[in-house]
Order: sequence, then C-alpha cells, then structure tokens
Amino acid sequence: MENLIYLDHAATTAADSRVVEEMLPFFTEEYFNPSSVYTPSRNVRNKLDEAREKVAGLLGARHPNEVVFTSGGTESDNYFIKGTAWALKEKGRHIITSVVEHHAVLHAFGNLERQGFETTYLPVDRYGMVNPEDLEKAVRPDTILVSIMTANNEVGTIMPIKEMSEILKPRGIVFHTDAVQAVGSLDINMQDLGVDGLSLSAHKFYGPKGVGALLIRKTVKPVPLLHGGSQERHRRAGTENVPGIMGMAKALELAIAEREERNREITRLRDMLIKGIMEKIPDTILTGHPEKRLPNSASFCFRYVEGESILLMLDMQHVAASSGSACTSGSLNPSHVLLSMGLPHEIAHGSVRLTLGKENTEDQIKKVLEMLPPIIKRLRDMSPLYAAEKSPTVKEAC
Amino acid sequence: MYTEKVMDHFTNPRNVGEIPDADGIGEEGNPVCGDIMKIFIKVDDGKISDIKFKTFGCGAAIATSSMVTEMVKGKTLDEAEQISNKAVAEALGGLPPQKMHCSNLAADALHKAIEDYRSKHKS
Repeated sequence: MENLIYLDHAATTAADSRVVEEMLPFFTEEYFNPSSVYTPSRNVRNKLDEAREKVAGLLGARHPNEVVFTSGGTESDNYFIKGTAWALKEKGRHIITSVVEHHAVLHAFGNLERQGFETTYLPVDRYGMVNPEDLEKAVRPDTILVSIMTANNEVGTIMPIKEMSEILKPRGIVFHTDAVQAVGSLDINMQDLGVDGLSLSAHKFYGPKGVGALLIRKTVKPVPLLHGGSQERHRRAGTENVPGIMGMAKALELAIAEREERNREITRLRDMLIKGIMEKIPDTILTGHPEKRLPNSASFCFRYVEGESILLMLDMQHVAASSGSACTSGSLNPSHVLLSMGLPHEIAHGSVRLTLGKENTEDQIKKVLEMLPPIIKRLRDMSPLYAAEKSPTVKEAC
Repeated sequence: MYTEKVMDHFTNPRNVGEIPDADGIGEEGNPVCGDIMKIFIKVDDGKISDIKFKTFGCGAAIATSSMVTEMVKGKTLDEAEQISNKAVAEALGGLPPQKMHCSNLAADALHKAIEDYRSKHKS
C-alpha cells in the first residue's frame, strides 16, 4: 500500500507506531485482569488509573472519575444520550439535537422517540451550522437533554458549542457533545466548552479502533447500558480493554502535543487541495463552512456526476476517499447532512469528502489535483444531466 | 463489492454517447435517486443497428447501461424487448443486492427507447 494516497482520515486513521508500542506489552506481559487482587493485576490497575488521569487532564475533565472508557464513539453517544434521558424522564421528556448529527446520535434519539420521548431536531444553515438562537427557541420547561456535535464528520463545520452551553447552563439542561471528529484536531476542553458529556473515539486520532471514552460530569448520572461487573464504577460493565485504553491515552497525549505543528501542515495542504479543485473543476461546490471547519476537512459536490463513480475511479488510481451519495450511504437517499444544508438530491449525490492526515504529502495533493479533473470530465461527458444543462439543443425535463 | 465484469464495463464503457438522429430515445430513473439512464437507438430493418447511452449514476448504473447496449446491438426489436434488468445484471456476473433496484434500470431505458421508436413508426 505504499502508493496509496489515503484521504479518508475522518473515517479512520492508522495507529501511530508509538501508540502500538505502548499497547503491545498489555497483550502478552501485562495481560492481567485489573479487577484481580494479586500484585501484577494491581499494577495494571494503576496503569489504567494513570491513563484515566491523563485523558481527564488532557480534555479538561474536573476529575479522573469523570472519564468512562467505552468501545468507541457509538457506545459513548448511546450511553450518554439514552442513559441521561432514562435517568431524567421524571423531570421531563423533551430532548433536542440537530439534523446533521452522526447516526450514533440520530438513531439513539430515534430510539428514545419510540420510547415516548419528544424530540426536536435543530436545522442548520447552508454551511451545516446550527444557530444558537434556534436552540434558545427550541428549549422548553420540560427539556432535559441537548446533544450537538462539536464538528461535523461529513463537511467539517465546527459548531458554536460554547455559545449553546451558555444558553443551557442557566436552565439546568444537560448538554452533550459528540466530539469524535474534533478531539485531536481541535483544542478540546470539557470545562471551556461547558458541556456535561463528551464522546470521543481513539481511532480518529491515530489510536486503536474499538476503544473510546465518555466524559461525564459528576452531576449527571446516566443509566448504564451494560450491566454486569462493577468496572468503571458501575457505569460500564465488562473487563476493561486495557491495551486499547493504554493506546488511546498515548494517542491523545501525542495528538495534543503535536497538534499545532501537525495542523499547520495539514491546513496548508488542505487549502491547496480546495483551491486547486475549485480552480480546476467548474460547477463545483465547496460544502461546509469556508472558515469554521476542521483543519483536515475538504468536501465538495461535483455537479452532474455521482459520488460513487468518482470514488471508484479514484480508487483505481490508489486514492481512498468517501462520499455521501446514496450508493455509498447504503440507503436510497444521499447524505442527510448535505440535504439538511439545502442541497438538492442530484447535487448531494455528487459529493466527495477528502480528509487529510499527518502522513499526507504535498506531492500526493498535487497528484490528486492532476487526477481529479479528468475523472470529473470523463463522468460529465457520460452524464445526460450535463448534456442537458450545457447544450441548449438537448433539452431535458429534469 | 463489484464483479470484474462490472468493473470492466465501468472502466471501459461501451457505446457511450448520443445519436443525434436517433430513431428512438428512452430515459429511466431520476436525479433524486441518483441514477438516470438515457438510451439512443438507430433501427434498420427491425434491428438495432446502433445504440448509445448516457448515464448519471454509480458504478452499477454505468456498467448496466454499457452491458445492455452490448447485449442488444444487432438484435431485432422483439429480441431486445425480451431482455430484462435481471438478465443484464446476470450478464455482469451479478450486482450487490442493494443495487438491484436503484441502479439496474438500463433494460427499462432500452424498452422505453423501443417504445419511442414504435410510437413514431406506426404503420
């Protein structure tokens, strides 16, 4: 895979070799169950506690006990959202989120809706941004929980979380943020953001897959999803994923320590990519906010062509990217995020997301900029929509 | 996810283009679903003497369009009408299940082109 140009870092990242090195001893040497009483186990328990302290400190939790280790972003979102709704159902039944959340949040809300909770989905503007004024209008006396993502995974738009927390705090409404795409990439501090819950996933910041964390403010007590042993202070039963947790703590430490330098280079390459694509390919829309976006995120809609076809052609030239077209979403509809931003179906079908990471080089970006225009041209030459639009002699109903 | 045959037709699609003086034109799908196929035919002596397509859509949509043009070129209209979407998918060595409905419409577009031809040449 040496010649692979990987531009799908929002999907996942390669684990950093220093992270893997950190994890390895916990598979074969320090494999002990942290809940056992003997000395080797207690040593593992201590290391787990250190990892917890590290994660808490790096993300601005008030106490290490505010960190619960989970299997990843989906579990963290589900646990906080469902667990808090269940815990507070006597207080109220109204919960709020946005239309552009990850499915881990949206489907958790859908599940609660079927259990009798009332939901409000806040709209977004054309950049995929939630307006805090809409939140202020949506809150009711019986609102118990709000969940808004820190940054969007498809278009990279960064949400005004702090402003929203200032609306919610005086009203005593629990506020959760899915920070899965943001942690490692942005400067994330739970207290500064003013949230009561924050989800993260290690494999988005050069850590291992299958491990994540949920930061829970002490004042909130979500009902657990998993029942069993007393791990994680009865909040998440099951023997801890020790190698994964050690890897995540290391990955977070590295991601934060190297963030500024890494972001500087990634942003430079990302801007070069955006500029090049917008200049070289006509009828292209940059999706997401032009400035308030994740440093590594470039997302586009190429009109008159379909996203999966673009991905297949990129793949043939060893470029890995993703799309929000129906064909890649596994449903009949294109991305709910792009549709919510007001893009019509046929344009949303032509979406491509390119997300950069630390191993990308200027040479790779130049290659993609050479490769992409002929791919789009080729597909447009094949497209009846393009012909209908561009040549007045062939008029089409659509 | 796709067979080699699908990828072959996607990478080197046969008969792409338009026929300016086509005898029949058929279109299937809609931009909302993300797939539109347009087929142009030229008919001589009751046979499809030339066929071209233009398609907006995913890999399966492009491959099925290409495949159907290859299958019916030189065939009589009656023979061409017998070809189903399913037969096109089979000729490609199968399609992923989720593609069978949304992206497998090329035979329908062809049938519409034949219908268009017949409606213009009633005798």
